[in-house]
Amino acid sequence: MGHPAGLSSDLIGRESEAVLFEVERGAIRKFADAVQDQTPECVRGDLAPPTFPTTFRMTIPGLTFDLARVLHGSQEYRYERPLRAGDRVHCRVRVADVYQRKGRLGEMTFLILVIEGSDESGNPIFSGTTTAILR
Amino acid sequence: MTGPVLAARPDQDLDSGSVLPELRKQQITKLQLVKYAGASGDFNLIHTDDETARAVGLEGVIAHGMLSMAFLGEYLCWLAGPESVRRLSVRFVEMVRPGDTLTCRGRVKERTTGNAGRRLHLELWAENQRAERVTVGDAEVDIT
Repeated sequence: MGHPAGLSSDLIGRESEAVLFEVERGAIRKFADAVQDQTPECVRGDLAPPTFPTTFRMTIPGLTFDLARVLHGSQEYRYERPLRAGDRVHCRVRVADVYQRKGRLGEMTFLILVIEGSDESGNPIFSGTTTAILR
Repeated sequence: MTGPVLAARPDQDLDSGSVLPELRKQQITKLQLVKYAGASGDFNLIHTDDETARAVGLEGVIAHGMLSMAFLGEYLCWLAGPESVRRLSVRFVEMVRPGDTLTCRGRVKERTTGNAGRRLHLELWAENQRAERVTVGDAEVDIT
C-alpha cells in the first residue's frame, strides 16, 4: 500500500459515466426543509437551493475509500442559472487531482473532484469543485 | 414577501467594505442531520451515529460541512435572490456540532458593473455562538 488512503495519482483524469438526474419538486422541498432554507421559491419547490447539486451522486470507477476517514476540505459551485423543478441535468464527475501532503495529522491525501451539469442541449448549468481530505 | 435584501440598495451602500445584514439560523439538531443525510444522500455515519463518530476519534456526531454551506447558499438567495447567485466557494475550517447555532455574515469585497447590472464580490462566513468562524468563503451575486 503506497499511502494511508490507498489512492494514487493514476486516478487523475478518471471520470464517472454521464448520469441523467431529474430535478424533482419534492426533492427540492425536502432539501429546503432539511436545511431550513426560507427562500420562497425553494420552499415551494420551484427553484433548487444553491447547494442542491450535492444530491447528484456518482461513482468513479476505481475510486473507493473509507467514508469515515474523509474530511470535506472545501467546496465551490459556479452557476449559469439556478436549477428548476423539472430540469433534466446531465452530470459527470472527474478526478482533477490527487496529491499527498504532510499535515498536523500526518500524511494526508487530497482528492480534487470536478462535477459539471448541463441541460439536454449541452448548455452548462453549473459546475463544482470538491476538495476531500483523506487521513 | 419583499424582494432580495440588497436589490434596491444604492451603490454607496454596497461599496467595498460594506457590512452585509446577518442571517441567523436555528440551532442545529441531530434530527436536522438525519434529515440532511436523507435529503442530500450523504450517509456518512459520522454525521448521524455517535458510535461511528467516536470510532474515528470524534466526541460525537458532527454536522455535514455542506449543511453550513447550504446556510450560506440561503444567505446569498436572501441577499440577492435565487436567480442571481453566480458562485459560492467555501472552506470548512471548524467542526459544527448539534446544539450549535450558526449565523451567516459577510461584507462586500468589490462591486463591479457588467452587462447584467451590478455584480458584488462578497466575503462571507458562518460563525457559531462563540463567534468562531466555522465555514468561510467568498461569492459572487448579481443585483439589479
